Order: sequence, then C-alpha cells, then structure tokens
Amino acid sequence: MANTHNSKISLDTLYTFYRQMLLIRRFEEKAGQLYGMGLIAGFCHLYIGQEAVVVGMQAASKPEVDTVITSYRDHGHMLACGMEANGVMAELTGRIDGYSKGKGGSMHMFSREKNFFGGHGIVGAQISIGAGMGLAHQYKGDGGVCMAYMGDGASNQGQVYEAFNIAALWKLPVVFIIENNMYGMGTSVARACAGPGLSHRGDGYGIPGFEVDGMDVLAVKEAGEKALEHARSGKGPVLLEIKTYRYRGHSMSDPAKYRDKEEVDQMRDNADPIERVRRHILAQKGTEAKLKEIEADIKSIVNTSAEFAQTSPLPDPSELYTDVLI
Amino acid sequence: MSIQILMPALSPTMTQGKLTKWHVAVGDAVKSGQVMAEIETDKATMEVEAVDEGIIAKLLVTAGTPDVPVNTPIALLAEEGEDVAIVAAEAPTAVCTPQADASLTPYCIPAAPAAPVTSAPALPSYDGPTSTVTVREALRDAMAEEMRRDKDVFLMGEEVAQYQGAYKVSQGLLDEFGPKRIMDTPITEHGFAGIGVGAAFLGLKPIVEFMTFNFSMQAIDQIINSAAKTLYMSGGQMGCPIVFRGPNGAASRVGAQHSQCFASWYAHCPGLKVVSPYDAASAKGLLKAAIRDPNPVIFLEHELMYGRSFEVPTDPDFVIPIGKARIVREGTDVTITAFSIMVGKALEAAEILASEGIQAEVIDLMTIRPLDTQTIVESVMKTNRIVSVEEGWPFAGVGSEISAVVMEQAFDYLDAPVHRVASVDVPLPYAANLEQLALPQVEHIVNAVKAVTYR
Repeated sequence: MANTHNSKISLDTLYTFYRQMLLIRRFEEKAGQLYGMGLIAGFCHLYIGQEAVVVGMQAASKPEVDTVITSYRDHGHMLACGMEANGVMAELTGRIDGYSKGKGGSMHMFSREKNFFGGHGIVGAQISIGAGMGLAHQYKGDGGVCMAYMGDGASNQGQVYEAFNIAALWKLPVVFIIENNMYGMGTSVARACAGPGLSHRGDGYGIPGFEVDGMDVLAVKEAGEKALEHARSGKGPVLLEIKTYRYRGHSMSDPAKYRDKEEVDQMRDNADPIERVRRHILAQKGTEAKLKEIEADIKSIVNTSAEFAQTSPLPDPSELYTDVLI
Repeated sequence: MSIQILMPALSPTMTQGKLTKWHVAVGDAVKSGQVMAEIETDKATMEVEAVDEGIIAKLLVTAGTPDVPVNTPIALLAEEGEDVAIVAAEAPTAVCTPQADASLTPYCIPAAPAAPVTSAPALPSYDGPTSTVTVREALRDAMAEEMRRDKDVFLMGEEVAQYQGAYKVSQGLLDEFGPKRIMDTPITEHGFAGIGVGAAFLGLKPIVEFMTFNFSMQAIDQIINSAAKTLYMSGGQMGCPIVFRGPNGAASRVGAQHSQCFASWYAHCPGLKVVSPYDAASAKGLLKAAIRDPNPVIFLEHELMYGRSFEVPTDPDFVIPIGKARIVREGTDVTITAFSIMVGKALEAAEILASEGIQAEVIDLMTIRPLDTQTIVESVMKTNRIVSVEEGWPFAGVGSEISAVVMEQAFDYLDAPVHRVASVDVPLPYAANLEQLALPQVEHIVNAVKAVTYR
C-alpha cells in the first residue's frame, strides 16, 4: 500500500499515538523489571519495538464492534484495546485482581468488554479461532471484523492455512496480521520461511496481501483502514505483513545470541516507532512540554500498576476449583 | 528518593549471575530502555536495561564480580533534581527479596481444598408417547429441534450439508435450515475445529461434526487447549458452548487408524464433558442436553449403532441430564458398567449369566465425564463385585478410573478384585479373525463376571 499519509494527520491524533505507544513501552519495561525481581514468573514475552503495529491497527478499527485475538506476545494488544494497566500487571504477578484472577498469566488474558479474546499460547491456534470469530461476525451480521494477529513463526503452521482457506471460501470478515519481527524465537525468517515473502502467504487462496512498515504507526493505520474496509464490505479476508522488530529477546529467558547487537542498535536508534511519532509531533509544532506531560502521566500509570500488582492479594485457594465448568 | 537498581533474574530459574560489564559510569544520565550492564549466567549473557530515568550516582558492584545474587542492589540512580553525591553516600536500604516474602513464596501451597462434590442430577421419568426411531434419526431430530429452538445453534463439518452426512446423520437438515446453518467444511479438522471454537467465543453454539472421532486427533489441540481450558484461563469470562460429535470406536474392518475409542482421552481433561450414549432415546436426550450446555461437550456416537431402532419419547423437551448413569438391568450378584455399543454386549452377557444363575446389574454410564460415581458405588455396595467394559484400550482407560473410584470409595464392600474388559492392547488389526479377537466380546464379559464371582 502506498505511503501517502504524510501530512493529513492531526496533532491531537499524533499525541494520542505517542501516548498509547509510550504506555506499552513503559509498561513492558516495568514488566521486565518486575520479572527481574522475581515478581513475574514463567514465560513473559515483551512487545518493546512493535508498539506501532497494534496502535496503528486499533486506530484504524471500530473498537466497539471489531474483535482482536493474538498470540502470547499480548500485553501491547490488551493495552491498545483499552484494558487497564492495573489488571494486566496484576495478572502478570498472578494476583486476584488480574484479568484472569491470576489463573491465566502473561499469555492468557481476555476482556469481552474490550473485545479482546486472548492471549493464546499455542503458535497459530489463534488464527483458526480468529477465523471463527469472523464467522460469528458474519453469522450475526453485526458489522464487526476480527483482527487476528500472529508472528512470522506462526505463518508456517498448518492450521493457519486451513483457516486461510475457509476464511477466503466463506468470505469471512477477518484481517490476518503477520507481525513479522524477523525472528521466530531464535530462527530468522530467512532460515524458516520459504517463498517470496509473507505477504504472499495468502496468494494461493486469493487473499490480498500487503507489506506494511510496522515501525511507522501512520503507515499501519492507513493499511489497516483499507484492509478493514475490504473485510467489512463482505469481500473476504485480507493479509497484512507488518514488518516490525522486537528489541528484547523472544521471552525473558532469551539471550538473543542469534542476532548482532548492531542490528538491534540500528533499529532502536534509527527506526524506533515512538521516536518517529515524536518527530512528527515536533515537526507539526507540537511542544516538548506537552510530550513531557504525557511521559509523566504514563510513568504514573505504570508505577501505579506495578504497585497495584504487588499489593493485590493472591487468589484465594478456593479459586483453584472455580471456572472449570459453567 | 534515589532508586536502587537490582540484579535481575532473566530466566525463571536464575538465582545468581556474573556482572561482566558496565555500559554506564557514575554521572551518566540514563533513559528508559538504555542498556546499562551485561550479566552472564551458566546459560547465557544478557543485557540489563534501565527502567527508570536518572543519573548514575554509584556503582555498587564492580564489573567482573561473579555470583551476584538476584535482587542484590548493583547501582544507585539519582532522580531528577537529586544531588548525586548525597545519593552516593546513602547506604543501600534493605534489599528487596520478594522470594523471602511468605505471601509470595510458592513453597507453602495451602492444603488443597477438597473438590466440590456435586451429586448427579436425577434422570427424568417419562411415561408419555414414544415412537420407534433409529439412533441416526434420533441424533438428527435432536439437532433439528435445538436449531428450531435457538438460532445461534448451527452444524458444521465434512459432508454434513449437500451430501446429507457421511453417515446420513444430518439428513434433511440443509433443506430445513439452509447453508448458513448447515455448513460443509473442507477436510481440515484442525482448522474448522478452531473456527468452531472462535464462533463459540463470540456466543454462537456450534455443533462440530467429525466424520469420525479418529480425525479429531488433528484437532485435539483446539479441543483441549482452546475449548476446554479457556474458561479457567480467563478467570470465568470466556465460556465455549460447543459440541464436538461424531462416530467413535471401531466400526467394522476399517483398520487401526479408523477404529479407536476416545472416551478416556477426552475424559482425562478438566473443562470438557464427555458423553457416549447407547440407544436412540439417550442419544437424543443427551445430544439436546449437550447442545444446551454452556461448556464444551465431546459427544461420542457409534457407527454400528446408527441403524439400530429404539423407542424414543416424542416430547421435544425430553432431555437427559449430563452426568447421570442409569441402571439398565437390575441385579444382585455383580455390577457391569458399560457405555455406547458395549451396553448391548453387557446386556447380552447378563442374559447368558442369568441362565446360569448369576444376576448381573448393568449400568449404562451414558456420561464419562463427569462420571456418576454415586450410581456405580451404590451398585457395588449391593453386588460387591464389578466388571467394567469398554471398547478402548485398557491402559489408563475408563475402566482404570472406575477401578480406582471403587477402590477408594467402596473398598470394604468388594469381595473380588475389579475386573476390566477392554480392547486388546494392540492397534486394531484388519483381518476378520484378529479384529474379532481384539475387540471385547460377550464371552469376555461372561468370563470376567465368572472370574469375579469365582464361578
């Protein structure tokens, strides 16, 4: 999709993007810190570097009707869907006030109210489920579209193509989003994915595919708007390959030895999605003072969530047996 | 207030590490996300990034120090406006050691509260009109009645619509309900099972037909990881009202890959209900209950039973509650438990045994999970002997579970060891004679009963 978004975005929108992306960045940094202190355990996959993807897509969507499902790298999606930082962080620490009462953890959180349907730990499983959510939108005729996110690693899973086939066959309102951060755990895309590129992975099913600069929130928003409009109008699914980068390891326990430090530094220094928005803001005569105000506000939200997540009680032992069946 | 930077744990198992290198020095301003140091464990080398912003006031651990315990303060950071020299003079305050906090330690798991025991629901009594229908028609009628009742119910699967069902179970449904609600899928069990789960997450009530349950193994990840566990993982927010149904067990001469009982596989998993009816009335009453149930239900039918006819209540509100077994033949000398096609074999065995003076009580389990242990245990208290019959393999089978339950709850009532009749512990062979030898037969049940009655 052509890059034609340069000027028409309002300063207010840019401030909103800056705020949403910075919230994810600072939240994830804090989560990493709490992990380091032993307050968060198990698997914890951070979204640092990829913030523009979900913020751009949410800006393109109709959050009141559209639904979101993703993999286990899900904290950013939850915050972008409007879930509370307190509830997400408290789930990370395994406390009763977490979104899943402490029973889900980093990879398994949900909010029907915010149309966020997880948080799934099995690579690729969320894509079939997302197609089913598209089926439900179509069946009910509610005008919604499901945004089903996956990583580049999931793009090789068999069930993803089963879902592509059915979604295209039944013209389901789904936007499939491959967040290509260049590494499926420690294996680079070049070493894992055959073919001309991930945006072509729907070609065999007639699913239109587009490559998008995922370090540019405006480009993501524009591509997202077109894709969502296509799916919403009954023409069937669209595939977006959104090229992004994660600064941190795959999970907290990943030493990231499979890539050069220079590569990470290069992305961080030259392509950072938050810096990019910051530059847009200043170019449109936004003020440093306003940015500082946003930063202070975000810092306060994140610190509050960390405090909340440490003071919320552990789930009562009786919770062990609840929520198995309705 | 200065900020202590602590030695982080970078994996679930890390307890200490070597601080190999500092990337910052006293007086440096650091920003969130900036790499401050490198640490090394026996597993890996990793970077420590700053979370808080400020100016490095003091480095407390010198580069090259080995075995620095996790959560040891390694540096002090002065916040904006603080005097670096004053901060540097501060002694490190109490080290944050959350692992030592009793409220956080995983080592003091409270004694598990007993699982809540719910008594099985009562079976409905019915003395209204009945009609003679096949199991196949009863299943179709159950789906049709529930689809008339609730517009959110739909059927999807291979050949369910235009072909009228691979085993003709969905015959006529496309005509009545149209292609929006009777949906042919491609032959992609993993994908369409996941699609069913997604539709259920948004409140629809899919019936997903597997042409046979053998193919559900393609989809078992979606059934267990997505359908069964999500309610729990979401703290009760996200139910999955879905029925996975289709023929289960051995048909006839179709070989090892198409002849398998999945009762114990699925019954192993919390979050699922597992139902396996024998006759047409229970097939209809239980399928209606399964479709109305807000939980994922595995509904195991049997191809060899589809064509058998039974009396079925004509009342569309005849529903059999999930979780209740029924005594299909009363007896005093031995209890035989069975489900699905094996109920018929158990009844045949009971006839033979009666002619030899042994009165067997036959229990049709109907639901495998939650198992109606009360009915089983009460029967054993009366008969003091039990034989379990199933078409699946013996190892970790339904009979193994029944054996454990009876041992735990009725040990003092047993006059003989529990006996299990199951399929022979091999992949099912094709040859007619070998297949016959591999599957449970009436004579096996008779012999098992004689063993436990010492006859």
